Amino acid sequence: MASDLTKAVLDALFASDAPILSSDAFPSIPSSNVKSALDRLGTRDMVEFETISTDVLTLTAEGEEIAANGSHEAKVFAAVVAAMDGLKITELPGIVGKDNAKVGQGNAFKRGWIKKDNDLLRATTDSIVDETQQQLLTVQKTKTLADGKAIADLKRRKLIVMSKEIVYKFSKGPKYAREIPKEETDLTPEMIASGSWKTAQFKPYNFNAKGAPTKAGTLHPLNKVRQEFRNIFFEMGFEEMPTNRFVETGFWNFDALFVPQQHPARDLQDTFYISDPLKADGPREDSPNDPHLPKSLKSDKPLNYQQYWDNVKEVHQNGKFGSIGYRYPWNADESLRLVLRTHTTSISTYMLHKLAANPRPVRYFSIDRVFRNEAVDATHLAEFHQIEGVIADFGLTLGGLIGFMEVFFAKMGIHQLRFKPAYNPYTEPSMEIFGYHEGLGKWVEIGNSGMFRPEMLEAMGLPKDMRVYGWGLSLERPTMIKYAVSNIRELLGHKVDLDFIETNPAIRLEKD
Amino acid sequence: MPTISVDKAALFKELGRDYTTEEFDELCFEFGIELDEDTTNSDRPIVDGKQEAPQLKIEIPANRYDLLCFEGIALMLNIFLERKPLPEYKLVPPANGQMQQIIVKEDTTKIRPYVSGAILRNVKFDQARYESFIALQDKLHQNLARQRTLVSIGTHDLDTVQGPFTYEAHPPKDIKFTPLNQTEEMDGEELMNFYEKHPQLSKYLHIIRDSPVYPVIYDSKRTVCSLPPIINSDRSKIGLHTTNIFIEITALDKTKLDIVTKMMVTMFSQYTAEPFTIEPVQIVSDHNKMTRVSPDITPRTTQAEVSYINQCCGLNLSPTEICSRLTKMAYRAKPSTNNPDTIDVEIPATRADVLHQCDIMEDVAIAYGFNSLPRAFPDISGTVAKPLPINKLSDIVRVETAMAGWSEVMPLILCSHDENFGWLNRKDDGNTAVKLANPKTLEFQVVRTSLLPGLLKTIGENKSHAIPMKIFEVSDVAFKDLSLERKSRNERHFAAAFYGKSSGFEVVHGLLDRIMAMLKSACITGEEGLDNTAASDSQYWIKELNDPTYFPGHAASIHVRIAGKESVIGTFGILHPTVLEKYGLKYPTSTLELNVEAFL
Repeated sequence: MASDLTKAVLDALFASDAPILSSDAFPSIPSSNVKSALDRLGTRDMVEFETISTDVLTLTAEGEEIAANGSHEAKVFAAVVAAMDGLKITELPGIVGKDNAKVGQGNAFKRGWIKKDNDLLRATTDSIVDETQQQLLTVQKTKTLADGKAIADLKRRKLIVMSKEIVYKFSKGPKYAREIPKEETDLTPEMIASGSWKTAQFKPYNFNAKGAPTKAGTLHPLNKVRQEFRNIFFEMGFEEMPTNRFVETGFWNFDALFVPQQHPARDLQDTFYISDPLKADGPREDSPNDPHLPKSLKSDKPLNYQQYWDNVKEVHQNGKFGSIGYRYPWNADESLRLVLRTHTTSISTYMLHKLAANPRPVRYFSIDRVFRNEAVDATHLAEFHQIEGVIADFGLTLGGLIGFMEVFFAKMGIHQLRFKPAYNPYTEPSMEIFGYHEGLGKWVEIGNSGMFRPEMLEAMGLPKDMRVYGWGLSLERPTMIKYAVSNIRELLGHKVDLDFIETNPAIRLEKD
Repeated sequence: MPTISVDKAALFKELGRDYTTEEFDELCFEFGIELDEDTTNSDRPIVDGKQEAPQLKIEIPANRYDLLCFEGIALMLNIFLERKPLPEYKLVPPANGQMQQIIVKEDTTKIRPYVSGAILRNVKFDQARYESFIALQDKLHQNLARQRTLVSIGTHDLDTVQGPFTYEAHPPKDIKFTPLNQTEEMDGEELMNFYEKHPQLSKYLHIIRDSPVYPVIYDSKRTVCSLPPIINSDRSKIGLHTTNIFIEITALDKTKLDIVTKMMVTMFSQYTAEPFTIEPVQIVSDHNKMTRVSPDITPRTTQAEVSYINQCCGLNLSPTEICSRLTKMAYRAKPSTNNPDTIDVEIPATRADVLHQCDIMEDVAIAYGFNSLPRAFPDISGTVAKPLPINKLSDIVRVETAMAGWSEVMPLILCSHDENFGWLNRKDDGNTAVKLANPKTLEFQVVRTSLLPGLLKTIGENKSHAIPMKIFEVSDVAFKDLSLERKSRNERHFAAAFYGKSSGFEVVHGLLDRIMAMLKSACITGEEGLDNTAASDSQYWIKELNDPTYFPGHAASIHVRIAGKESVIGTFGILHPTVLEKYGLKYPTSTLELNVEAFL
């Protein structure tokens, strides 16, 4: 179709150097078709064209009817004249129809063609000129009308409508030719080999459309954020901890962290306990064949696990290492219950205990899944990721922890921090970290931090003057705040939308 | 963390000035409590035709039992603001020297062995004080007392009963009294039935219900005062006009008994005729060596090292400066006379949270202001960054798979037993999966032993996505392993699923080949190598597999030889249509799952 029309346009111009109006050349072809043909030729500079938009009048169905058969008032007049000796008003609708009778009677009175004589209508003249019909016939023929008042009147009577008519005025362009030259859609190896690219015509590229969709694999948005955090830790000299251990003992998850056995976190309401297998062994040396044991942890110096167990019991039950302890009967069975780890701090504890074989400055981190027996809602899942960092050194200060946090959080784009005293069973001092969120215009809690308690560290056998910072935050919460995700289930788990995964942009924490 | 509601106007009156919400929030922040809400501009409930006065809702750290009531918050903030000194709590025995007694019978060791007591004389209650007194008991019951299991408090109008009191244990049938706010007398058994459906009390019944004996406190005329930890008697109930209050507290745990007792008497002794005086009670309990005068409100004395405090805080304060900071945190402290590096510290009865000198050090830092501490970046020691080897290996597999056009998903690790076994046509031999004892929903029954359930559920939730879908995950599963301390171990798996109009069998096979190539493993078939084995670290091959998870004839096991050691690391194939049906999938699906740890 369009290609036939382009040919017709080129043919029409062949005979004429003067501009041509599309309404003359192609009166019955819809203007959109004309336009696409002209566009096609226009982008190739073969024709030039301008668009002329004019207001035109067209008759409505009722207007057409009147043009053909006369106006309502003319019909009424004809009926009255035909009745010879006056027409009963009540008979009029029967003769000219209900609609004609109503409108036509009024108009005929107005024009003084008929008068009322009791219940009769009588003509007051012999002949009339039906102006309405004449005007409509003019519109039908010329699509316009000179008398503006008449146009308004006919429009009001819904006999005509005004619309835009598009006409194109086209003429030869600089590259006019009778035929569209053969066009190449793409540069080909053959053209390069033959040199035909030098003379070939190329089909113009549509710069207003998107390119062809690229088939892409993708990493999960949450894992992309995780990688950003890992990079921050690596930039700051941290070693990743072996957190590939979901099942923990009460000992490593709680007791070793100086969390008392009656602490609410240990309730069935909060912690997943394991029914099968049922009971753990006490803490002991790792199997030397354990593939998960990092080489850096394989020490020649054996650790005294019995001593550790006894220390933990003692520091809870009676107090030790300068602490009065919690002073309650400590239950070994509670310590041997198996749980799904509620935090990765259980792994930090395991790592710090290993450090006691050779106490030295270390920086450890992990980002991995933890489990809480929580009711699921928009902000809570039974699983989420904990980001955890640990620094052990001699002579660390609280101001150093604050100073470290400033650098750490600046790397994820948070530049104003303040610190609130808080409570945590295994850190003292404990500080909640608040960051100023520019977008929300308020302080938002972004993490927890502190120095591990001496009751925890000295029970491991770490020296009294070794200080250990620990801090943690969830991976999901800052991600949700940064990317305005309101429901955690849209971020983690099987209900996440694959389109969201596939279209989520790359992540630059310091910038976003 | 408990949240305490206090009357805003009353608190500001106690603090001697008005605060804007921001100012008060700032004060809370510095002190280490958190202003949750100021209800001044909220819709407040109308009680008895009167709108509730504006409240401040304050979150309290879980170990600060001294801040669980209006009186404690006002007092500790006033001390922090240096507006008030720490009160001198005093035990004042009755003028005649005859202390009230609680005589403990040995049978109580069978159910709830410890008791303490105290008397507050000439107390002036008003509505607010009375409500606070009741609310503190409730907060202590909920928090430290672990829903009354460990400790429970009974308070009585001393003028309605007559000491000496006895603490005994009897069979339920033998205990008869009219419980608080009831009109009928009932015995222990009837009482349990009576309160079975009670909205509050029903949850405490289990603490003693099945015991052959129930604990009970009698006065000298055998009037029941209370049936701990359930309810007091109606006879001895206190009210707004009570002036002499007898407090008895029973417990399973001595330390918590002591703490609860201290909190009750220190917080409310300020309303006695002579503020901060408490009348002691003699506890006679020879059988367990617990005969003593109760309560014990003597401050705990200890020492703290000046150098330790300064080192941890990064400060250089003199002993005197440290002591003055501690005054703000409700301690009495002075430099030691015998050692310039120590201070002598008196920890008041109110501060049960102080266990170690690190707690004292923290209070110095809070009094100094966390946000005023000199900040420095800790760059004393250099350390070397290092990824965990298994994570580095996983990242290689993840990135290569994504580059091959697959999308990474992150399903949950916990799943239902059916999803992990039955729906995959797998049998649970009882030695494989770690099972949860107390999940809240059937969604979480086991720790997954395969990544397939998560992948298949992800496809099921994304049915409107264009097909084919190509998704993968590299993450841990867990298995029972009785040889280990924790009786289980994680294993790092890689799994992928293809879902589309064709089965995708060759597609997942191709992904396997690609990943193996990236892990420098050469494909061999029998004796003949398809790849150059010399340039590779290992070899792999596949064998047809009969496995009910997969469609017959369209599944394979994946074998590797690494350093001469052969092992089967996984399987792939077209999923059996019955598996698809269980997961509600309409199109053919092929999956691949393997253990990547062999390549460590």
